[in-house]
Amino acid sequence: MIPELGHYALVLALALALIQSIVPFIGARTNDPVLMGVAAPTAVGQFAFVAMSFACLVYSYVVSDFSLSVVYENSNSLMPLIYRVTSVWGNHEGSMLLWVLILALFGALVAFFSTNLPKTLQANVLAVQAWVAVAFYLFILITSSPFTRLSPAPFEGRELNPLLQDFGLAVHPPMLYLGYVGFSISFSFAIAALIDGRIDAAWARWVRPWTLLAWMCLTLGIAMGSYWAYYELGWGGWWFWDPVENASLMPWLAGTALLHSALVMEKRNALKVWTILLSILAFSLSLLGTFLVRSGVLTSVHTFASDPLRGIFILVILVIFIGGGLSIFAWRAPLLKQGGLFAPVSREGLLVLNNLFLTTACATVVVGTLYPLALEALTGAKISVGAPYFNLTFGPLFIPLLFAIPFGPLMAWKRGDLPGVAQRLAVACVLGLVAVIAAFAIAGTHAVLAPLGIGLAVFVIAGALTDIVERSNIMRVPARVALRRVAGLPRSVWGSAFAHMGMGLTLLGIVCETSWSSEKIITVRPEQTVKLRNYDLTFGGLSQHRGPNYSALTGVFKVTRNGDEIATMSPSKRTFPVRQITTNEAALLTRGFSQIYVSLGDPNPDGSITARLYYKPLVLLIWLGAVVMFFGGGLSLTDRRLRVGAPKTARAKTAALAPAE
Amino acid sequence: MQRRISLALLIVCLIVGATGFVTFSSLPAHAVLPDEMLKDQALEHRARDLSRELRCLVCQNESIDDSAAPLARDLRLLLRERLKAGDTDQQVLDYLVARYGEFVLLKPRLSMHTVLLWGTPPILLVLGGIVLLFAVRRRRQADGMRESQRPLTGAEQERVSQLVGKESHL
Repeated sequence: MIPELGHYALVLALALALIQSIVPFIGARTNDPVLMGVAAPTAVGQFAFVAMSFACLVYSYVVSDFSLSVVYENSNSLMPLIYRVTSVWGNHEGSMLLWVLILALFGALVAFFSTNLPKTLQANVLAVQAWVAVAFYLFILITSSPFTRLSPAPFEGRELNPLLQDFGLAVHPPMLYLGYVGFSISFSFAIAALIDGRIDAAWARWVRPWTLLAWMCLTLGIAMGSYWAYYELGWGGWWFWDPVENASLMPWLAGTALLHSALVMEKRNALKVWTILLSILAFSLSLLGTFLVRSGVLTSVHTFASDPLRGIFILVILVIFIGGGLSIFAWRAPLLKQGGLFAPVSREGLLVLNNLFLTTACATVVVGTLYPLALEALTGAKISVGAPYFNLTFGPLFIPLLFAIPFGPLMAWKRGDLPGVAQRLAVACVLGLVAVIAAFAIAGTHAVLAPLGIGLAVFVIAGALTDIVERSNIMRVPARVALRRVAGLPRSVWGSAFAHMGMGLTLLGIVCETSWSSEKIITVRPEQTVKLRNYDLTFGGLSQHRGPNYSALTGVFKVTRNGDEIATMSPSKRTFPVRQITTNEAALLTRGFSQIYVSLGDPNPDGSITARLYYKPLVLLIWLGAVVMFFGGGLSLTDRRLRVGAPKTARAKTAALAPAE
Repeated sequence: MQRRISLALLIVCLIVGATGFVTFSSLPAHAVLPDEMLKDQALEHRARDLSRELRCLVCQNESIDDSAAPLARDLRLLLRERLKAGDTDQQVLDYLVARYGEFVLLKPRLSMHTVLLWGTPPILLVLGGIVLLFAVRRRRQADGMRESQRPLTGAEQERVSQLVGKESHL
């Protein structure tokens, strides 16, 4: 009964989405407030029904209702509760339901928070949002319903893929989807503006918080996925340039470009057409990412054909929305008036440069990911495009971009002064050079490039701080005044400083981890001691124990430094009998920002075992940098200037006094 | 003077940064096992570097250095045999390509059918730069003609005197 309820709720959500996609749109054309007023309640209602449908599915998993095909395929009554819940989206059907849940959530949020938007814009935005929703409801209901029953119902389920039985699954996909789907808002705003044929700085101000929110979630989602792969896969890699990873990186790059170009549009009323195009592209790349991951086209062109209906359906969605979006763009964009002139050397100029590099980097990832597929489809020739290609192309594109980061916030709008900015960055520059020299002194000259990378990272971090120092004039006024000024800086200034600092931290982590990691791949016998950098790891032997739905083989390593015992590390291998899969649970020991990483290989009959031991210096900075970026985005989001509902600073006071709508 | 110094510093940084780590050294991720490793450190180092550029043919986008699949192990052993026999890196790659096809290379060679793959990033960057340059120049010229050199119309003139008049009243 419950699954049928969920199915029915989803159909009702589709019905509401259909109404929402047509009625407000007609209202906006005929300027009928009643018809336009339909948009907001339907958006909220849609969310309520999808949420109900989703809750029904979660319930079926929690109570292990194996009469549902997806529950049987992906769950098992022995699994702990948290994995029974997370396995809801650990498969195709459930993850698509999560996708539409988040889509409906964003629609409802727009309906709720955008009461001060012009009525026609709000109606159009929600109508476009509903077009996307209709397509995905149909996709789920026709090709991938999670509510399909089995008869007779099996007694026990097949269990979630053990690799996914991890806390990472609880966080990574929802965050990623919040990011992907969040870009649908900027897409809807862009299409609505094109339909209206009218766009101004206020538009950018309304869109930016949504884009920022999506970008934050995507940043954290990608970082979370990377950390998960790092500790779960057992060899300490954290980025593989895998097509699935690229699928999430592409919208991130486009979204980052969009954030920066929307800034130019908001402040200077320039780059309108480009910003609109980026809004369309960011969401198109999210759709492309969903398609790549969901259609199975990546494993090979042949898997795609094995379930053609799904693949073709989602391909049609892709063509309609990307093709349609770009067509509307080509047709209407010439109507948009360009404004705001600027000299090449100016903040706008630098932001344009930022966009040039980001979009080129994004295009590189797109081409590298799709090229083998296209080549095979067209000529039959099979090639591989992997990490070496991306390191060689993506790296050189990103380095100039990173180098330019500190200049951006210090440059004046309209017409900047490059020598002046360079002068203000002199301290950061010196710090960077000192870091290069120090790194050479400590690490020697055998890795030439790494110290330069450290220097660049320090320059980016110090440059971000320079902006704060310059704006508050700390160096030239008494401490008390300076402190007040620092506290009084707009949150968006702090936000961008933190986001840029986060980028520098991530770079620092990447450079240190890739250049100065130590590894030992060795067969250890009990009581054998392995020296790893400054640490001694003594293998204490193996033991067997049972978990709720697996059996584990655990090794114990005693970690000492200069004879003092620091900790014990217990890496293990888990064998899941239902699926006959063994997973690797690496043991991590965090020392500052560095980590010792131990994972087990295969045991030998004599009690020895192959072990992989790594010392990874500053590796945590890779992901902490992303957390700092997220925090920066959050600060910016709470800036009054950007807060949804406060379009103009001058009106903020009256708005605060008015009753909440 | 100070400005010039900082500009010079900047240029130094720029050169340092641009030449800097153009290639990230690849991820030290390994499914390589102790019994496979060569005694000769230098040779083993070359083997590791090479194996990061070779694809495990049965895996999804994993190098033979990362993969735990039996085929990847065979390839790692084969690669080391060739190195021990005295092959250069290029000869090893050629040998493997001859045996398994270009699919085995994670970094495709530049050829007719990969021209677009390798060409896209630089071409896009240069093309984008040129378009931007022209756009800026054209708009500045157009603007120079339109906005700053055109004399005010009668209505504008009137509005200006109105505004100026108001100002002087205050």
